[in-house]
Amino acid sequence: MRYSIFSLLRQSWAGHTGWTPAWRDAAPKSDYDVIIIGGGGHGLATAHYLASQHGITNVAVIEKGHVGSGNIGRNTTIIRSNYLLPGNTPFYELSLKLWEGLEQDINYNAMVSQRGVINLYHSDAQRDAYARRGNAMRIAGVDAELLGKEEVRAMLPFFNYDDARFPIQGGLLQRRGGSVRHDAVAWGYARAADRGGVDIVQNCEVTGLAIEAGRVVGVETTRGPIRARKVALAVAGNSSRLAAMAGLRLPIESHVLQAFVSEGVKPLIDTVVTFGAGHFYVSQSDKGGLVFGGDIDGYNSYAQRGNLPVIEDVMESAMALWPGLGRIRLLRHWGGIMDMSMDGSPIIDHTPIEGLYLNAGWCYGGFKATPGSGWCFAHLIATDKPHPVAAAYRLDRFATGRLIDEKGVGAQPNLQ
Amino acid sequence: MRIDCPHCGSRDVQEFIYLRDAGPRRPDGMAATLAEMHVYLHERDNPAGRHRELWYHGSGCRAWLVVTRDTRTHAVFAVEALPASVESAST
Ligand SMILES: Cc1cc2nc3c(=O)[nH]c(=O)nc-3n(C[C@H](O)[C@H](O)[C@H](O)COP(=O)(O)OP(=O)(O)OC[C@H]3O[C@@H](n4cnc5c(N)ncnc54)[C@H](O)[C@@H]3O)c2cc1C
Ligand SMILES: [Zn+2]
Repeated sequence: MRYSIFSLLRQSWAGHTGWTPAWRDAAPKSDYDVIIIGGGGHGLATAHYLASQHGITNVAVIEKGHVGSGNIGRNTTIIRSNYLLPGNTPFYELSLKLWEGLEQDINYNAMVSQRGVINLYHSDAQRDAYARRGNAMRIAGVDAELLGKEEVRAMLPFFNYDDARFPIQGGLLQRRGGSVRHDAVAWGYARAADRGGVDIVQNCEVTGLAIEAGRVVGVETTRGPIRARKVALAVAGNSSRLAAMAGLRLPIESHVLQAFVSEGVKPLIDTVVTFGAGHFYVSQSDKGGLVFGGDIDGYNSYAQRGNLPVIEDVMESAMALWPGLGRIRLLRHWGGIMDMSMDGSPIIDHTPIEGLYLNAGWCYGGFKATPGSGWCFAHLIATDKPHPVAAAYRLDRFATGRLIDEKGVGAQPNLQ
Repeated sequence: MRIDCPHCGSRDVQEFIYLRDAGPRRPDGMAATLAEMHVYLHERDNPAGRHRELWYHGSGCRAWLVVTRDTRTHAVFAVEALPASVESAST
């Protein structure tokens, strides 16, 4: 069913009894052209673009839980393309452009909201670093504006501007950044892929990869073996475990990242803000909850829950930036498992196993990348050539020294 | 999460700093090939389950420790002092 004002009116008239499931709950067939492992945002987007851009429709997305149970349903929904390095900027800008046309493309309301993203700076050195980043963005055709203190104050009057330790001096604003309803992204891509002929197989865990003479020929799953000519990994925090099934060791550590949401309040903040002097960023959801987060806990984890020190750290940063927050109660918090790569940048590439493709290393920033990642991964799988804007995301860059280290911290994931 | 430091006793995880998997050994920098250096620096087993890892008791005795921990539950099984002979605080 195509969603439109007319379908809505028809259903309202009929008492909403005629809505059909958004996608089929497919049972696995015995054979596919392409199997995508992982029904998160990246796997589903890849399936949609394989079908819609490359006409490859004999495709299955194999998901061990249900669609949306991984990081795609756990993130803090921020999108932006304010990257510094040439390997990154064009990729994230492609992704942002795809967000701008996403809802028309997939015929689904994902509540894409370009409410802006402001990175605050608190010192002259930080201002200079943001000026440099903003200039790099503008050279690459991305929007960026450097704001002074009074311009930020006019937008966000309730912050603590004269904090003795970290006074707010200004911010780098990307107006086209913002937030998107993350669950709707998963559901919308699942529905679009399904409409394109893709099987979305849920509650089916991949337990092994079938490899013959250096070539992948299928997967073992909890619902039986499935053959395939190409197998694509898009399992985020579980990338190392899947790669190990093919005998590969990745330049990745899995870490837990926590997020928080407050009780619902009236509209309070109409943009996304990151604190430049501590680990805290905040926006407001359409339900009214303040959504915020901080840094990864900092040790290897597959637990999908973190520990109290990081919660305390995030709350302290929150209070330093926005003292009024102390009156608001925290409602929920949770964690997700990040595929932290050794340079903080992702991998979209072939693997040494023929027919096995890898999409991993998204760290804590892969939500904004969802459309671009799906677009470029589908291109790689369909044509066996890297998409031009993702050509730097090679697996062998760690061995050749062509790292994309945005933060410049080296091979130490808990510092990124 | 608490870590039972062999020098200081049981302390809150906040007192410690995590480094990485305790497995990889730094090859001799003069003799090592680029490929060996790459494997040491970048590649990890990253298991879901038991993991031996390096922690530094920065707000305590300032010694390096080897902690065996379950990455699925955060349960700590064992904490040992890092033998002085092994690659240690220099990392
Ligand atoms: C708290 C938090 C906040 C974040 N905030 C942001 C943000 O504001 N902006 C941003 O850009 N990014 C953010 N991220 C990062 C972003 O969510 C991830 O990088 C991105 O969602 C990862 O891609 P994915 O959606 O495909 O992952 P997932 O949704 O995790 O998809 C991977 C899927 O693979 C499945 N899987 C794993 N193993 C198997 C197997 N053996 N067989 C079958 N299926 C398997 C999993 O069940 C999962 O559904 C955040 C992440 C977290 C946890
Ligand atoms: Zn100690």
